[in-house]
Amino acid sequence: MRIALRIALAASAALLTLGVAQAQEKTLRIGTEGAYPPFNNLTSDGKLVGFDIDIAQALCDQMKVKCTFVAQDWDGIIPALQAGKFDAIVASMSITPERKEKVDFTHKYYNTPSALAVPKDSTLKGVTKADLAGKTIGVATTTTHFNYASKTYTDSTVKGYPSSPEEQADLANGRLDAIEDDIVVLQQWLDSPDGACCKILGQPSPQPVEIFGPGAGIAVRKGETDLVNKLNEAIDAIRANGKYKEINDKYFKFDVFGAES
Amino acid sequence: MSATAAMVERPPPRTRGWPRPRIVGYALVCLWIAFGLGIVGYLVFAWNPAFFAKYAPAYLRGLGVTLSLVAISMVLGAVLSMPVAYGRMSRNRILSGLAYCYVYFFRGTPLLVQTFLVYYGLGSFRPELQMIGLWDFFKDAFNCGVFAFALNTAAYQAEILRGAIESVHRGQWEGAASLGLHKLQTLRKIILPQALIVALRPYGNELILMVKASAIVAIITVYDLMGNAKLAFANSFDIQAYIWVALVYLVMVELLRHAIEWIERRITIHLKR
Repeated sequence: MRIALRIALAASAALLTLGVAQAQEKTLRIGTEGAYPPFNNLTSDGKLVGFDIDIAQALCDQMKVKCTFVAQDWDGIIPALQAGKFDAIVASMSITPERKEKVDFTHKYYNTPSALAVPKDSTLKGVTKADLAGKTIGVATTTTHFNYASKTYTDSTVKGYPSSPEEQADLANGRLDAIEDDIVVLQQWLDSPDGACCKILGQPSPQPVEIFGPGAGIAVRKGETDLVNKLNEAIDAIRANGKYKEINDKYFKFDVFGAES
Repeated sequence: MSATAAMVERPPPRTRGWPRPRIVGYALVCLWIAFGLGIVGYLVFAWNPAFFAKYAPAYLRGLGVTLSLVAISMVLGAVLSMPVAYGRMSRNRILSGLAYCYVYFFRGTPLLVQTFLVYYGLGSFRPELQMIGLWDFFKDAFNCGVFAFALNTAAYQAEILRGAIESVHRGQWEGAASLGLHKLQTLRKIILPQALIVALRPYGNELILMVKASAIVAIITVYDLMGNAKLAFANSFDIQAYIWVALVYLVMVELLRHAIEWIERRITIHLKR
């Protein structure tokens, strides 16, 4: 009887350690968009690459968890997180009050300004509401740029696109007078052959933090404070140990992290 | 007389008790009722007057855009379908070949692809289009939507028209010819009135399909009903945005269905005994 008890105890202890080991090796599924180069992009053979992906991978290495990546359309990225299709969004998502009602955010992991691009032969002089009155501006919907454009350029027509490549195509073919997007995304496109048509017009100023938020953060389901804390520690750690700079320099000529908070 | 009456097949008498199909049937119906109540319950629970006040005007504007898009495309498609149907029935090899290819392409490819080809595809031929003065038309997303939808529905409507005309017995043509009516008169006064009765249901289906397919234009930046729902969702992250839009489409389709049934009852009075 005693032996049987002992065996049972040993077995359950073994199971328990096994369970713990499994929990530690649990994979973290990361959702991203894949249409926002240089931050995240799908290559022609279907691989996800970009700054977001490298940062996420560095964070996972730092936290010693295994990560898998899932590509998801921008429009449905928050519902997909809530539905449990993945556990965290690393997709250049700006931290905004509206989104904070639905998800929890880490600190920012980068912050770059919004800017407007126009065709090279454009007669536009500035980026104020008066400058753009009567013009047509293309912006990807569900973005801070869209919120800013529809609140600011009320005398212009603001057209919503599913993602950045579509708005860029319509600026190139002349359906739009201007597009608003992240300056880094715009610059990457302007440097490519497709973007040869166009140039940066300027950055709206001021860029209110109520609309643009403090920068891009990692979103997780509400209440997962543990994961948020771990990710925050990891962000601080890769900032401190030079891994962030290494990734940053691979993509950009300047530090995209912005002001230290 | 009585012999034929006795031949009429009657439905079998109702079975008593609870045979398995009946249990399964009741269970399924209960499941559907529960599902429906769930949606109604959710809508009551999630009823948000602020959401409604904020977005209802946008939905109404979107509804207007959707209705005008479908109406214009259907009418243009109907006009365009006539020569295509004529080509399909023509004995001229070249004509019928061309019409066949047209119908084959537009029925064989997704409407989404056709819409993208028109909007982004033609967009990359801007200098050429500007040269022939068509760019102003294709610059506008709504026009692109109407263009793609009209071409698409013309292919389907041409087949409906052809099928309906060919369903009228040859004897009708021959009878009309023997009375000295020429072809166009025969078509207008004898064939089409009979053919359109056959065509009504398929036309109704096509209209309903177009209403639902029109949601595609939301992707090419037209703020139709679906476009406004997407915008409302983008601003609120509230799934209500899509539930309401589904209900509006449902009501539209239901109204159309009843309207078509009413028309059918009216135009088939002479066939009822």
